[in-house]
Amino acid sequence: MTATPLLSHNAPDQIVAWQHGRSITVRQFLADVYHLADNLPAATHILNLCSDRYHFSVGLAAAIVRKKISLLPPSLDPAGIDQLKRYTPDLFCLCDSAESPVDLPQFRYLPAPETSEVCQAVPELDHDLCVAIVFTSGSTGLPQAHRKTWGMLAYTAQAGARRLGLHGNNSYAFVGTVPSQHMYGLESTLIMAWQSGNALCHAHPFYPADIVQALAAIPAPRILISTPFHLRTLFDSGLEIPATDLIVSATAPLSASLAHQIETQYRTILQEIYGTTETGIIATRRPTLSNEWQLLPGTILLEEDGKMCAANLYIDPPMAVSDIMELCGSDRFLLHGRTADLINIAGKRNSLANLDLQLNSIPGVVDGVYFMPDETQSDRVTRLAAFVVAPGMEAQTLINALRQRMDPVFLPRPLVFVAELPRTATGKLPRASLQSLLDAHIRSRRADQAVHTVVPPDHPAFAGHFPGMPILPGVVLLDWALQAIAESKEMIPERYTINSVKFLSPAYPGDPLTLVHESSNSGAIRFDIRSDTRKIAAGSLLFNPPLPDA
Amino acid sequence: MLGTIPQDFYNEIAELMIESLNLEVKLADIDPDAPLYNEGLGLDSIDVLEIALVVSKRYGLQLRADDANNQHIFGSLRNLADHIAAQRTR
Repeated sequence: MTATPLLSHNAPDQIVAWQHGRSITVRQFLADVYHLADNLPAATHILNLCSDRYHFSVGLAAAIVRKKISLLPPSLDPAGIDQLKRYTPDLFCLCDSAESPVDLPQFRYLPAPETSEVCQAVPELDHDLCVAIVFTSGSTGLPQAHRKTWGMLAYTAQAGARRLGLHGNNSYAFVGTVPSQHMYGLESTLIMAWQSGNALCHAHPFYPADIVQALAAIPAPRILISTPFHLRTLFDSGLEIPATDLIVSATAPLSASLAHQIETQYRTILQEIYGTTETGIIATRRPTLSNEWQLLPGTILLEEDGKMCAANLYIDPPMAVSDIMELCGSDRFLLHGRTADLINIAGKRNSLANLDLQLNSIPGVVDGVYFMPDETQSDRVTRLAAFVVAPGMEAQTLINALRQRMDPVFLPRPLVFVAELPRTATGKLPRASLQSLLDAHIRSRRADQAVHTVVPPDHPAFAGHFPGMPILPGVVLLDWALQAIAESKEMIPERYTINSVKFLSPAYPGDPLTLVHESSNSGAIRFDIRSDTRKIAAGSLLFNPPLPDA
Repeated sequence: MLGTIPQDFYNEIAELMIESLNLEVKLADIDPDAPLYNEGLGLDSIDVLEIALVVSKRYGLQLRADDANNQHIFGSLRNLADHIAAQRTR
């Protein structure tokens, strides 16, 4: 059986981490790891929620030493935590703050009381040791577990570090804007530092000013590990950053223009990493030099049953990747987007099938569908939309129910209430129909306004309503309102549902009328017709979506 | 900051948020004391970073996560507006 040490550092005084500007040596780290390991509860499964990346790293190492398995769920929503508890009933969480965000038995992080002069041994770890289980939201609503062995993590981290030029104990300090509790963050900000003799940084900077401060708090040479979204906001902020040798981006492809701007502005090298939760990091590219991704040495792509799969010594059997790839020679490929069902918002992954399942599981939802609009601006986060049929339900109630079931980044924006979904005869929801529904919604949000008219004294309806006492029939009034609202919202006035309408006082020949209408969050359009201050009619209606092409 | 902040400034910040985040709420529907996260306006960390960027460009102040008041600042529209009013450099 093969083994690899926890750290590739080769001296007790080498720096393995930075915490609030203070260096932490291998000696100190190992003292903290063994002290925590001696105190951890007996249970096998641990949810490491330490927000300080150094605490997280000590927690992970202590768990590994005690042969515990760290769980990395996709989000901490209550339903997800319940599922984890069913999966591993002995689960406890490790926290470094007083308040735990989850309903689990809690163990508080504790550092070693003092560091002795003697440096404890760096643990030698079997490659077969399962150290973590990373979960993805499966399309069936149940999370899918991906076991990570020490061999797999160490091998990938070493290959990645070598590709990025970070091997060889050069004391690089890694600042990451991605959480350690995410596969990319775990591999790149933590295991890679352990396995290349470098140092991680405790901080998890968020705002551009935080990133600048975190980089300034550590000495050169510095590495920044981030995402297109964080890098765009950092670049747009116009702040200068301390000299940084390398910036690494992952979770979504970075635009070539931003890559160029970053390399020029910060006089650095920008490398992108490609990986998946299932496979870990498998390729890199420098977007200012090439669109093509280069596989890490030892990793290959092959087609199995029509699916593209990645394989290496530790990815065995080969694992399907859910992106559309075009091979260019034996070790290079181009990415052509994701397969239709998969979505990735700011590095958080889910499937439309799962989101639809969650949406439709909410009591009161008759029918509902999520929709991922086309990306319009690169390096920005595109939000999901959802269309629901849920008569009588408040938008806020529905959003709160969704919040119990998923990470907030997947909450729909907009959430559009409709009378029915534009299903085809076979029950399908063509993308084009949903796109036009969304377009109509966006137009209608812009078009809320007042419409004026005057009741024509010679309107033919007055002939019979009523001799000597002419008043405008309600149906004529309603028809005018419908046409006017439909016109302003570019909807078809023939397809509507009237929720309610009240005729409060008569409209007489020559009366000036003002129609005011607005879309509520539930998608219904409330309207109000007045003549000066006198209320004539008020009601609420819903336009039905256009019929899909057969 | 001394003195009171005019209502117009709360509206200005609310409009800035609605516009930059493409929120589907009307100005009048925003409760200045409701939380911006979760059950209030429903913002998440992606939104907060977008707002921070817009605020830094328009008012010339940088928001920081390690500011002891960070939780408080995003506690409500009123808190955010007060913070911007007190810290703005333009």
